[in-house]
Amino acid sequence: MINWIALKTIVRKECVRIFRIWPQTLLPPAITMSLYFVIFGHVIGSRIGLVEGYNYIQFIAPGLVMMTVILNAYANVSASFFSAKFTHSVQELMVAPVSEWTILLGYTLGGVIRGLVVGAVVMVVASFFTHIPIQHFFSMLAILLISAWLFSLAGFFNALFATTFDDISIIPNFVLTPLTYLGGVFYSIQALPPAWRVAAHFNPILYLMNGFRYGMLGVADVSPWLGLFISIAASVFFAVLCYVLLKRGRGLRT
Amino acid sequence: MSQALTIENLVKVYQSGKVALKGISLSIAEGDFFALLGPNGAGKSTFIGIVSSLVTKTSGSVRVFGHSIDDDILKAKQLIGIVPQEFNFNIFTKTIDVVVTQAGYYGVPYRQAKEQAEHYLQQLGLWEKRNETVRFLSGGMKRRLMIARSLVHQPKLLILDEPTAGVDIELRRSLWVYLEKLNQQGLTVLLTTHYLEEVEILCKNVAIIDNGEILVEKSVHSLLGDLTGETLILDVDSILPEAPKLEHFTCRLVTPDSLEVDLLEHQTVNELFTSLDAAGIRILSLRNKFNRLEELFIRLTGHTVEDAV
Repeated sequence: MINWIALKTIVRKECVRIFRIWPQTLLPPAITMSLYFVIFGHVIGSRIGLVEGYNYIQFIAPGLVMMTVILNAYANVSASFFSAKFTHSVQELMVAPVSEWTILLGYTLGGVIRGLVVGAVVMVVASFFTHIPIQHFFSMLAILLISAWLFSLAGFFNALFATTFDDISIIPNFVLTPLTYLGGVFYSIQALPPAWRVAAHFNPILYLMNGFRYGMLGVADVSPWLGLFISIAASVFFAVLCYVLLKRGRGLRT
Repeated sequence: MSQALTIENLVKVYQSGKVALKGISLSIAEGDFFALLGPNGAGKSTFIGIVSSLVTKTSGSVRVFGHSIDDDILKAKQLIGIVPQEFNFNIFTKTIDVVVTQAGYYGVPYRQAKEQAEHYLQQLGLWEKRNETVRFLSGGMKRRLMIARSLVHQPKLLILDEPTAGVDIELRRSLWVYLEKLNQQGLTVLLTTHYLEEVEILCKNVAIIDNGEILVEKSVHSLLGDLTGETLILDVDSILPEAPKLEHFTCRLVTPDSLEVDLLEHQTVNELFTSLDAAGIRILSLRNKFNRLEELFIRLTGHTVEDAV
C-alpha cells in the first residue's frame, strides 16, 4: 500500500521546499511570535498578574506554539499541493506508481515537519522571554503531532478543491485564525461570561490548545484527553475523506 | 511477440457530454515505434491521458504489457514513461532534482536515482545545467528534460505527446536520432506528432484517429503504398492567362506563374514535362504540395494539414 521510497521522496521534496523558502516559512513565525511575546507577554502581561498559577507570558506560550503549528501545517500542505496542481507538476506523481495513501502521507508529513520545526522555533523564541516548564512531555508531544497532522490533512483537503490561490487563503484567514484566537490562546475560558464560555466549547481548537497547555503547564480548561480524542477522530475522518477524494481524482483527473 | 499496449473498446465521455473516444481498439507490439495521428480534437490527448492515468475512462480496457489499468494500475504505471505535450515542472526546482525526484516516485533508491539521472542528463546534453533552476532553461532544454525525466526509471513503453513541438530543426533531428536509438535498444515508443515527416522517418506503424475513432491502423510502409498519386506545384517562366489543358493531366492555376498538377500513380514526371513542353510551358522549379503521408492523412480525415496535430 505504501511505496516507501516514493514516500521518502515526497517528504524529502517537501523538506527541501520548506528550507529553500525559509524567509517565507521559518522567519515570519519567529518575528511574529517575538512581537507577541514582547507586546502581550512583556508589556501587557506584566500588568495582568498570574493566570492559573503562571505569569501571563508563560500562560500564552503554549497557545502561541499551538497556533503556529496549526497554521503552518495547514499552510504548508495547502500551498505545496495546490502549487503542484497549478503548475501541473502533480502529474509527475499521478503518472507514477504511487498509491493514494503514499501521496497523502507524504504531503501531510511535510506539513507535520514544518509545523514541528516552526513550533520549535517559537519555543526557542519563548525561552528568550521566560522559563518554559514542560510538565507532561509525552502528552504534549502526542497532541502536537496529531494536531499538526490533522491540520495538514485539512490543508490537503482544501488544496484538492482549490482552483485559485485565493481558495487556499480563505480558510486560514477567515476560519482558522479566528477560531485559534477564540480557542484560548490569550485567556482562560473561565474568564469569559457564562454564555461565551458555553459557546467556546463548540470550538474544536479550544481542546487542542488546552491539551497542549496541559502538556506544558499542567493546567487546562477542558480535559486534555478529550482534546487528544477529538484530534485523533478528526484526523481519521479527514484522512479517509482525502483518500477517497484522491482515489476519485477530485480536482486532479478529468 | 507480446503486446506492449492493448486497447479494447475504449470510450470516454466527458461530463460536458462530449464524446472524445467512441470505442477505439488498437494494439502496439513490444518494440514497435508507433505513431498516433489525428487533427485537433480527434481524441489523441484523451487517449494518452487515459493510458497515463491523467484521464478517467468511461468504459473499455487498457492493458500495458498485460497489466490492466483497472486491476493492476501500479504495475502498469511502472512500465510507462510519459513525455507530456505541455511543460509540467515545478519551475523552481533544480534540473537534476526533477529527474531524481521522478525516479524516487518510481521506487528507484536515491543513490541509484542520482546515477541514472546523471546518465540521462548526460545523454540529453543537460548535465552542465544540472544545478540550474528549471525556469532558466530554454524551451528545447525543458523538452529534453521531460524526456530524461520519463526515462529515468527505465520504462518499457515510452509515450511522447508531440515531443518535438516548438523545437528547432537541429534539436528535432537530434531527438529523432536519440529516440530511434532507444527503440533499437528495445524500448517501445508511442508518439503523437504534427511533424508528419517524423512518422515517415521514425515509425513502423501508425494509427490515424479522427473524431474519436480509429480510421486506419497499419504499417507506415503499407499506408504509404496506398497512395495513388501526388499533387505537384510547378513554377513556370511565363505569365499564364489560364491553366493549360493537357491531355492526360489535370492542371489548376495557383498564381499566374505557378500551376498545381495531379500526378496519378501510373504517370511519370517525364510524361508531365513532355506534355508541358509541347504546350510551350517551361518549368523553373517543382515541389510536392504535401508530403506523402500528409496527402494520405487529408484524404482519410478530410482535414487540412494546418488543422492536424
